[in-house]
Amino acid sequence: MKSLTVPARVDQLDVVTEFINEELEKQDCSMKAQMQIAIAVEEIFVNIASYAYNPKDGDATILCEIGGNPLAVTIQFLDNGKPYNPLKKEDPDITLSAEEREIGGLGIFMVKKSMDSIDYQYVDGKNILTIKKNI
Amino acid sequence: MALTINSSWAGEKEVTLILEGRLDTSTAPQLEKEIQGLDGVTCLRLDFEKLDYLSSAGLRVILIAQKKMNRCGEMIISHVNETIMEVFEVTGFVDILTIE
Repeated sequence: MKSLTVPARVDQLDVVTEFINEELEKQDCSMKAQMQIAIAVEEIFVNIASYAYNPKDGDATILCEIGGNPLAVTIQFLDNGKPYNPLKKEDPDITLSAEEREIGGLGIFMVKKSMDSIDYQYVDGKNILTIKKNI
Repeated sequence: MALTINSSWAGEKEVTLILEGRLDTSTAPQLEKEIQGLDGVTCLRLDFEKLDYLSSAGLRVILIAQKKMNRCGEMIISHVNETIMEVFEVTGFVDILTIE
């Protein structure tokens, strides 16, 4: 399992994306799956960077493993910030008109829709969010 | 990993913004600034031919642009690739945008 630890800051997004893309490029992963995974990684990491330690600083650790049959990518996000379960966030109403729409909650909704599984645990003071997608 | 925005004007009130690269958390503020500067425009076209990535931060700015143009004209998005179209479909954005 490959691991990356970075300061939980939005300006580290490119480093995180690059880390995941490097792993995916070793596989024969479709463009569509690659983008869905990149979107999920962005939504989750930006969430951690924006809220986990705010207003203090802290780190985020990202673990990535590709394997199994069927072949799947599993990515885990760990932080020591405030307990936060993004799965509890209510799904946005995607039938509203442009005027009525709020953008909140759309990110995690996209993650739920595009991944095969998404799990949250709070263990020993750590938020652990795990996403898995068959590729 | 960046976003380049080129603009092409047809008269004073119709503009096409040609986006190239990624519309994500890091680059979305660039597009937001560009759109805020478009006062007096009645037809805004967004050309996505060279756009290869879109996240919810990008959707947020697209929604802002759509709301702005609903008040004073129209907004048309063109050359949307398959993966970005999927994002519009999953989020219901296909119903509030004009995509050609």
